[in-house]
Amino acid sequence: MSIFLAKVRRSSDSPDLLSQAATMIHFVLLFSRQGKVRLTKWYSPYSQKERTKVIRELSGLILPRGPKLCHFVEWRGFKVVYRRYASLYFCMCINQDDNELEILEIIHLFVEVLDRYFGSVCELDLIFNFHKAYYILDELLIAGELQESSKKTVARLIAAQDSLVEAAKEQESSISNIIVQATK
Amino acid sequence: MNPFSSGTRLRDMIRAIRACKTAAEERAVVRKESAAIRAAVGENDNDYRHRNLAKLMFIHMLGYPTHFGQMECLKLIASSGFPEKRIGYLGLMLLLDERQEVLMLVTNSLKQDLNHSNQYIVGLALCALGNICSAEMARDLAPEVERLLQFRDPNVRKKAALCSIRIIKKVPDLAENFVNPAAALLKEKHHGVLLTGLQLCTDLCKISEEALEYFRKKCTESVVKALKDVVNSPYAPEYDISGITDPFLHIRLLRFLRILGHGDADASDCMNDILAQVATKTESNKNAGNAILYECVETIMSIEDNSGLRVLAINILGRFLSNRDNNIRYVALNMLMRAITVDAQAVQRHRATILECVKDSDASIRKRALELLYLLVNESNVKSLTKELIEHLEVSEQEFKGDLTAKICSIVEKFSTEKIWYIDQMLKVLSEAGNFVKDDVWHALIVVISNASNLHGYTVRSLYKAVQTSGEQESLVRVAVWCIGEYGEMLVNSTGMLDIEEPITVTESDAVDVIEIALKHHTSDLTTQAMCLIALLKLSSRFPACSQRIKEIVVQNKGSLVLELQQRSIEFNYIIEKHQNIRSSLVERMPVLDEATYSGKRAGSLPATIPTSNGAAINLPNGVAKPTAAPLVDLLDLSSDDAPAPSSSGSDFLHDLLGVDLSPASSQSGNIQAQKSGTDVLLDLLSIGTPPAQSSSFSSDILSISQDNKTSSGNLLSSPSPQISSSAGGSPIMDLLDGFAPNPASSEVNGPAYPSVVAFESGSLKIEFNFSKPPGNPQTTTIQATFTNKSPNTFTDFIFQAAVPKFLQLHLDPASSNTLPESANGSITQDMRVTNSQHGKKSLDKSTISLVGCDTECSMMSGVAAVGTLSHWSNGISRMLHFAAFFLQFEGAVLVIMIIMGCNRSSGKQLARNEVETSNAK
Repeated sequence: MSIFLAKVRRSSDSPDLLSQAATMIHFVLLFSRQGKVRLTKWYSPYSQKERTKVIRELSGLILPRGPKLCHFVEWRGFKVVYRRYASLYFCMCINQDDNELEILEIIHLFVEVLDRYFGSVCELDLIFNFHKAYYILDELLIAGELQESSKKTVARLIAAQDSLVEAAKEQESSISNIIVQATK
Repeated sequence: MNPFSSGTRLRDMIRAIRACKTAAEERAVVRKESAAIRAAVGENDNDYRHRNLAKLMFIHMLGYPTHFGQMECLKLIASSGFPEKRIGYLGLMLLLDERQEVLMLVTNSLKQDLNHSNQYIVGLALCALGNICSAEMARDLAPEVERLLQFRDPNVRKKAALCSIRIIKKVPDLAENFVNPAAALLKEKHHGVLLTGLQLCTDLCKISEEALEYFRKKCTESVVKALKDVVNSPYAPEYDISGITDPFLHIRLLRFLRILGHGDADASDCMNDILAQVATKTESNKNAGNAILYECVETIMSIEDNSGLRVLAINILGRFLSNRDNNIRYVALNMLMRAITVDAQAVQRHRATILECVKDSDASIRKRALELLYLLVNESNVKSLTKELIEHLEVSEQEFKGDLTAKICSIVEKFSTEKIWYIDQMLKVLSEAGNFVKDDVWHALIVVISNASNLHGYTVRSLYKAVQTSGEQESLVRVAVWCIGEYGEMLVNSTGMLDIEEPITVTESDAVDVIEIALKHHTSDLTTQAMCLIALLKLSSRFPACSQRIKEIVVQNKGSLVLELQQRSIEFNYIIEKHQNIRSSLVERMPVLDEATYSGKRAGSLPATIPTSNGAAINLPNGVAKPTAAPLVDLLDLSSDDAPAPSSSGSDFLHDLLGVDLSPASSQSGNIQAQKSGTDVLLDLLSIGTPPAQSSSFSSDILSISQDNKTSSGNLLSSPSPQISSSAGGSPIMDLLDGFAPNPASSEVNGPAYPSVVAFESGSLKIEFNFSKPPGNPQTTTIQATFTNKSPNTFTDFIFQAAVPKFLQLHLDPASSNTLPESANGSITQDMRVTNSQHGKKSLDKSTISLVGCDTECSMMSGVAAVGTLSHWSNGISRMLHFAAFFLQFEGAVLVIMIIMGCNRSSGKQLARNEVETSNAK
C-alpha cells in the first residue's frame, strides 16, 4: 500500500526537485546466502504479509547475481542497494533517484561498527545477538536517515548503554542475593 | 513457580531452532515456544518478560505470528529500569508499526521518557518515536521533540532532529514550529547534529515554501562555508573514509545546497566556487569520493545555469561511464539520463559507450543503458543503432528480449524514412523475437505493408523465407500468413522483383504448405489459426489448382471445439464448394488499409500505452498518399466526409441501416467499439475473433462488381426477366452476395446532409432513394423514392410497396402518378416516412429480419428485381443491410416491393439466419 502511495506521489511531482532531495531508506534487510533472514528494519509501513513477500522477492532477485555485477537492483519502482559480506547480504531500499553510492558507504559503516563491536563479526554473532545488531542500527539510522557518521561515537553510545544494562543486572543479582540470604 | 515461565534461555531457543532439519520441525519448536510465552503472558510473569520478548522478536523475524506479545512491549516500556525499557522499545519497533491501534497506548510512556532525566532513556524514546510514530502521536509529542532539539547532549539533539523529520512528514502543519530550531542546528560543529540538522532543513524545504525562502536567506552562506570547512579539513581519523573527511556530511551539504540553489540565481552564484572545487579536487579512486562527485554533479545540474560547471559535471559523468566498476557505470547511465534535458549533445558523445552497456552482462546496467540509448536515437544515427540493437537481439538473454524488442520496434517506427527499411527491420525483429512483439506492432506492420504497393512481392517473399527458418515466432507467422493470403500469387510468380533480391522458386503448394503448417502448429493460437483459414480461403481462389487440397484442410476444422474456427471452416467450405463463380470477387485483395485511420485508432484505443508508441504510430513510414476517409466508405461513396455531423445524436435507424450517413453510424459503432474496447481496427480488418473480415470481403465484392459490370451474375440480374427468378430463388444467399450492384459512379450526387442512393437500376427501371429528416424529430426519416422507366414501354398502374420490421412504422404517401412514361421521359416520386419507435434503444444488431409482405405476392411475382446487401464500413465495424426489391410486371403494370430484411454487423451469423428464414418463407 505504502509503495503505491509513494509511487503516486513521486509520479505526480517527479519533476519537482524537492521530492528527490529526500533520501530515505525504506527498509534494511540482512539475509544469508541461503536466504535466511537475519535482520529486518522497516522505516516505511509494510504489513506482515507484505514484508514476507518483499523479503522473498528481493532474496530471489539478489542472491543469483554474480559478484562482478553492480550492487543495485531495480525493484517495484525503487532501488535496492546491496552489498555482500562473507555469507551475509546487507540490503537497503531507497528511492529511484537517491544516491546509491552513499548507501553503499552507509552499509559499510554499519558493518564496520558491527565488526568493531563484536570483534570480527560473523553470521553467528548476528544470529545469537540479533538484538545487539538492532541496537547498533538504531544508533546509526532513525526514520530511515543517517544520524551519525562517526563509528567511534556509535561504539561509545552502545558501550554506555550496555554498561547501564550490566549495572542494572548486577544490582538485581545483588538484591536477589540479599533476599536469598535473608530468607535462608 | 510456573512450570512454563522458567522455559529455555534465548540462546537455547535459537540453537533449537537452528538444529531443526525440516520446516515442520522448526514450526513445532516455534509452536512450543510460542505456547510457553503465551502462558507467561497470561500469568503476567514479570521475571522473564524481557527474555520472552527477545524470543518473540526472533520468532517474529522468522515470520511467525507474534501479535500476542504486543502488550508485553508496552509493559516493559512502562517499567522503570533501563534494560527493560531498552528491550521494550526494540520490541515496539519490531513487532508494531504505525498502523496498529495498540501504539496509541504507548504515547503516555513516550511522553514521560522524553522528559526523563537519563539521556539514554530519552534517546530510546526518540528513536522509537522517529521510527514508528503515527500522525496522532506526532501531534501529541511534537512539543517535547522540539524542546529536545536544544538538549544539552548533542546525541539527543541529533536524534530529536531526525525524529522531527518524521513528525513533519506525518503532520506537515507542524513544520513552521521547527524552522527556527532547525536553523540553529546548522551552526553546530558536531557532525552528527550537523548531519541530521541538514537533513531536517532539507525536509522542511520540501514541505514548506516559506521555510525554503527563510533558509535561502539566512543559511546559504553558512552552508557554503560549512562545505568549505569540511572539504579543506585536515585528516580527522574519527570521520575519515578512504582519505575523505566525512563524505556523508559532504553529501548532505551538497544536497541542501541543491535545494537552496534551485531556481535562485543569487544562491547559485554563491556556491559556484565551492562546487567547482569539489568537482575538481575530490578523489575519484574510491567509492566514497564518487558518492560525493555524484551528489556534486546532481547539484550542478539542478542549480541555475553555469556553463563552466556543467562541462565539469558532464566530464565527470563521462569518466564514470568509462569506469570499470559496474556500480559507477550504473550510476553514470542513470545520471546521463537526467543530463539529457540539460545537454543532449554532450550525452550523444558517449553513445558508443552506452551501446556497449546495452550488451553488458549485468541486467541493471542493460536496462538503464537501453532506456538512455532510446532517448539518444535521432534521424542521423537511427540506422546504425538499430542495426546494432537487432544484432544484439540475437545473443541477448531471454528476459531482456522483451524490453529490447519493444524499444527497437518503437525506434524503427518512430524514425523510419523509407518503407523498405522499416519492413526489413521489422522482419528481422519478428524473426528474432516475434514472440515478444506486441500486437499493435505487427498490426502496424501489416498496415504499412498494405500501403507499400511496390513492395508487396518483395515482402511476401521475404516473409516466406523468414518463416522457413523462424516458424516458431508467432507474430512473424501471423504477418506471413496474412501476406501470403493477400499476395500469394506474387510469391509464386515472383512479381515485383527488386534488384537486391535473390530469386526463389515457390510453388503454389509450397505456399499452401506454409499456411497448413502454421494452422496445425501446436503453438499457434486462435488468432493465428483464424488468420490461416482466411488466408486459405483467399489462396483457394488465387491458386485454383490447390483448391481441392485447401478445401480438405479447411474441412478438417469443421469439428473444431473452438466456435470461431468451426464457424469459419464451415462458412469457407461452403464458399469454396458452392460459390465458385463469386469466390474470386469475394476474396479480392483487401483494400489498402488507411494508415491515418489506423494510427488514430491505435492512439485512441490505447490511451494507456507509453507515449513513444503513440508518437510512433503517427509517424508511420510515409511515401504513399493516404486516403482521407475509410476506403470502403469512400468507394461506396456513401459518405461525403468522415467528420461526424453535429446531429449525430439525432440519427435514425434507417439511415444507419442503409449506411448512408457516416455520422450516426460512427456514433453507434462508437458504442460498440467501447464495449469491445480491446479490439482495434486492424483486428476487425483481419477478422480476429469477430467475423467482420468476411463482411469486408463482401463489400469488396460489391465494389468489384460495381467497378466491373461484366461479372456474369451482375449481368444476369441486370434485367428483370423470368429466368432470373428461378436462379435467384434457387440460391438466395448467393443473390444476397452478388445480386446488388450499387454503382458508385451514378450515386455520386450527394445531398448536403444525406447522399442519395440508387437502390436499383436495370435496363428498364431505376429506383433512387433520397433521404431527409424532419428537423426536431430524429426518429423519423423521410425517404423519397424516384422511379424512372428506361424501357421503351410506358408502365401503367404503378404501385410501390414496402415492408419494415415491427419496431419501425412505415407511412407511404401516394405516388405522384401511377403511370411511368417510357424512355426516362419522366419519373414518379413517392415519399415514405419511416419512424423508429425504439429510436436509440433498439440495438441494430438485434433487428431481426422480417419478410412480411412477400408470401401472398410470391405467386404473382414475375421477377426478383434486386436482392442485395448494402455494406457500409465505418470505424472498423461493418454494418450490412439486407434488402430485397421484388419487381412485378404484368400487363404493363409494375409493382416494386422493397423488403428491408435487417441490418447487422456480424454478417456471418446473420447471413446464415437469412438463409433459414428465407427458406421458411418459401
